[in-house]
Amino acid sequence: MNLLGSLLLVVGALFCFLGALGLWRMPDVYNRIQAGTKAVTLGTLTTLLGVALIQPGWWPKLLAIGGLLLITNPIGSSVIARALLRAGVDPWHRPEADKRGTP
Amino acid sequence: MTPHSHSAAPTTATTLTALLVALLLWLLLTGSLDGQELFIGLLVAVVTVLLARRRSALFDGIIWSSQLPGAVLLYLGYFLRALVHANLDMARRILSPALPIRPALVQVRTELTSPLGRLLLANSITLTPGTLTVEVEDALLTIHWIDVPPDTDIDAATRAICADFERYLRGFVR
Repeated sequence: MNLLGSLLLVVGALFCFLGALGLWRMPDVYNRIQAGTKAVTLGTLTTLLGVALIQPGWWPKLLAIGGLLLITNPIGSSVIARALLRAGVDPWHRPEADKRGTP
Repeated sequence: MTPHSHSAAPTTATTLTALLVALLLWLLLTGSLDGQELFIGLLVAVVTVLLARRRSALFDGIIWSSQLPGAVLLYLGYFLRALVHANLDMARRILSPALPIRPALVQVRTELTSPLGRLLLANSITLTPGTLTVEVEDALLTIHWIDVPPDTDIDAATRAICADFERYLRGFVR
């Protein structure tokens, strides 16, 4: 159980790292939100699962944390994206594929 | 995304649902079935629900039936699979040197009518492969799609993203 839990912690950390890498590599804010939200949500859930295996007594709290995260994380991302869209931030297009000619 | 669109006074069933959710959260957080803890928890839950009375209309969207638990489990199973798939997909894009993305904004109309149903659909889309809900206006969802393949029927492809989730969600929300 301890080994499996530790393994899940590492996998969770790896996903969070990928999320951070995505923030750095993506060309615009919408794509960054995509990379950040997905990777960090799964990374956090995996970490919580790992902690639940190592400390079985904590599972009710971890379940509550996980559930709230699953609801609030995507809402937060959507709201930030919506604010950007309303503020007039255009999504990035791959230049050669763009028919309207804006970079 | 628009909690005020249902401004009618919440029904008894809705209030009870909100009470149950608050109580369940208390149980999970305290992790104890001790009588005194439960009593305080009930008190806190009642006060919370009374304070948030107008907001609890969100729970109107639930369709109560004997199939509810099964439908929720089916949805969760499908959702978690999609979440893992989304992450592997995103990892591939992030790690690939060529950064294979062709993002665009697309729009899709949902058949779910309740704020709760639309909230769950929008959240599901945000956490699944390559899509991010940017705006929900009534039944119209605007989605940022990270990789729109060229020469595809965008409308049909977008419908396909939504349709699976809608099918699972309609088992328990309006």
